[in-house]
Amino acid sequence: MFTVIDDGTVHEVDGTVIDGRVVLTHDALATLGWELHPEGLCRDGLCIPVPGDVALESEQGIDLATLAQVVDRPLAVDVEEGAAYLGVSAGERQRTLRSLMAPDFTLPDLAGRPHRLSDHRGKKVLLVAYASW
Amino acid sequence: MWQAVYEELKDRGFTVITVALDKSVEDARPWIEAAAPAHPSLVDTRHVVAELYNVVNVPTIVWIDERGRIVRPNDVAFGADTFRQLTGLDSSIHLRALRAWVRGETPAFTADQVRAQQTLPSAADQQARAEFGLGHWLFERGRTEAAARHFERGGALAPHDFTIRRGTMPMRGIDPMGPQFRAMLGEWVQAGQPYYRPLEDTAGRA
Repeated sequence: MFTVIDDGTVHEVDGTVIDGRVVLTHDALATLGWELHPEGLCRDGLCIPVPGDVALESEQGIDLATLAQVVDRPLAVDVEEGAAYLGVSAGERQRTLRSLMAPDFTLPDLAGRPHRLSDHRGKKVLLVAYASW
Repeated sequence: MWQAVYEELKDRGFTVITVALDKSVEDARPWIEAAAPAHPSLVDTRHVVAELYNVVNVPTIVWIDERGRIVRPNDVAFGADTFRQLTGLDSSIHLRALRAWVRGETPAFTADQVRAQQTLPSAADQQARAEFGLGHWLFERGRTEAAARHFERGGALAPHDFTIRRGTMPMRGIDPMGPQFRAMLGEWVQAGQPYYRPLEDTAGRA
């Protein structure tokens, strides 16, 4: 088993480490929400073409690092710990920030009670990120 | 620190939301309890807000209008002058602008002005955040040595990102106010890089 954290969501998937690379089964790919079709790597009805010279799939399975490249997402891997983190691409973050719509989030207070930014729609908001360090 | 301005302006359709980028609720608790804020005061151990808003240091403030649009992009501002000697930043400049905006006396930035002053994340910044994400997941599982490898890799990829470089020090057993931080900051400033970079133009400057 291998742990893939997809933008914060943890998935335990069928994967192995071969020669320092993480290789996934088709079931693992499906767990992550992806399907490999002739038109490319598809998720939620959107397909990203896989260039002909990109070796996404081999006899051993689907190469996680190549998958991250194809979908243009940063990937951090720890083969010894059996875990990887798929982040969000710079392009996607840039588009969102350029739109000027404040990205929504839900976070807890000290009592663990969740608060959502968009619940304050209709008010002006001063958002302050700080830390004790 | 922001409770006073919240009390002053809360009846004018305004709120403050503070987000602590700390490694645990327990790290943030004494600060929040001392400030006793009546506004939402949240804890963000996974740096969700840093990821979404491209926050690279603290404090970072953002103004969001009634329609949920960013009208002042990431800026550095303090709610009081407690750290003025260290930072050289006068908190009253931002507070004056904030009051004028909330009271409707002056507009915030236009969309073009916001975009011109935004700093957008690079591929290296996002790779650094993926390293942070993996490191934090490992840290939560007690895999502190493995976590430290990824925090260090993240810091090397995005040397200006102090939420990673300094913010992970408590997770690496390093004092975030201690000699390692001061050495890191010294090198950074020596290289001509500012630790705090306030926006030059202040909307609503009185």
